[in-house]
Amino acid sequence: MLLELKGLRRLNIGPIDFAIDTAECVSISGRSGAGKSVLLRAIADLDPHEGDVLLQGAHCSSMPAPQWRRQVTYVAAESGWWEDTVRQHFLADTDFATLLPKVGIDPAAADKPVHQLSTGERQRLALIRALCLKSKVLLLDEPTSALDPESVHQVETLLQEYIAEGMAILMVTHDIEQALRMANRHVRLAGGQLTPISTDELQAEAQEERGSNK
Amino acid sequence: MNAHLLTHTDLLFGFVLVLANAGLSLMLNLGVGRSLFIAALRATAQLLLVGLILKYVFASSSPALILAVALVMTMLACYEIWSRQKKRFSGAWGVGIGAGAASISVVIIMTYTVLTIVDADPWYSPQVFIPLVGIVLGSVMNGVGISLNVFNTGLVRERNAIEAQLALGATRRQALKPLQRNALRSGFIPIVNQMSAAGVITIPGMMTGQILAGMEPYEAAKYQTLVLFLLAGAAGFGALAATHFAIRRATDERDRLRLDRLAP
Repeated sequence: MLLELKGLRRLNIGPIDFAIDTAECVSISGRSGAGKSVLLRAIADLDPHEGDVLLQGAHCSSMPAPQWRRQVTYVAAESGWWEDTVRQHFLADTDFATLLPKVGIDPAAADKPVHQLSTGERQRLALIRALCLKSKVLLLDEPTSALDPESVHQVETLLQEYIAEGMAILMVTHDIEQALRMANRHVRLAGGQLTPISTDELQAEAQEERGSNK
Repeated sequence: MNAHLLTHTDLLFGFVLVLANAGLSLMLNLGVGRSLFIAALRATAQLLLVGLILKYVFASSSPALILAVALVMTMLACYEIWSRQKKRFSGAWGVGIGAGAASISVVIIMTYTVLTIVDADPWYSPQVFIPLVGIVLGSVMNGVGISLNVFNTGLVRERNAIEAQLALGATRRQALKPLQRNALRSGFIPIVNQMSAAGVITIPGMMTGQILAGMEPYEAAKYQTLVLFLLAGAAGFGALAATHFAIRRATDERDRLRLDRLAP
């Protein structure tokens, strides 16, 4: 297994045992406040926690935290920015001309001040910024919550390219349709525990949701 | 030196200016008259009381007493630093970080000054030691108080930016560097302004006092220059130590941002 959680516990969640393999995408659903972000942050070692997280058998605590996070990278729903322009947040050799159009952003945005970008543009750029690390595991917290359907499609296509190359993605999403499109396994976080949900169950939920939206 | 000694009547004439301002505030309904009046009374009481205490301390020339006075002054400065923080660390760290940084800075600056620059005999000569501690503490208080306040409030405001850097593999030092730089810059503003304006826009208080007390203006200028250097050093060391300690406390050994360590 690529990433393993053993008795992971933080605040109201856990103990959680879970594993995800190379080139897998697992969706996490659950009600607001269930602890989905708390779980992703604990896996990235951004908050104190109990239990173990292992990457290819290596304990999180056995390596410096920055090294861990470059391999197990968390992307928040609203990620932060600390310099003036977009370009300053990336490595000098970043190929903006190739990367940005993949998520529907004009490469000229690289030289724009961050505060002039829309929420959706910032969300896509934060994702690109994390993808540039080429992490082994990406922990995505509602990665398309601020995007229009076309941008959602572009982001999903890009993520699928990375999954095909071997990246594992653990994705928190409230969008059942997106979970069905992207993930090969689904889990729900409730009562502090992860419960597997079959694709059939999720499809039935999606159908119910479509019905109630009519 | 030919000091012109002030009488209590002279002080009363000075106080007329405060009363005039308080009266104007009352007339124009500005709401600052009361606080100005109270602050002026407080300053009068504090300074005259200190004058009386120092008169006794100077006469005794006891090193223990002089150090005790310096200690009380430092404790009061630490309280001021603590009270200026809008966001503080919880528990003893709330006082400890500012107090630790201020104390280290004052000890370094005073030891250096007494040993190398001011050739006082004995080293604890109260006429030299007490005023220097006072003026150095004032600068440390500004440097530490402002930089710590900017740093701590920034921790909360810039949380997303700091955590985004940590999530992408930055160390705690790297992630907090922009905030530390900003806090240090703010902590330096008062002393930089003071040095830039010295002699051109303002004649600093200490130099004015010495000239009024009869010292040669050039000699007074030399003293003032030295004091400004000491103040810059004190504010700098204090602010640097405070932000260094704050970075350590605001994060842990796993490079996590620990906002839970701030008081609610």
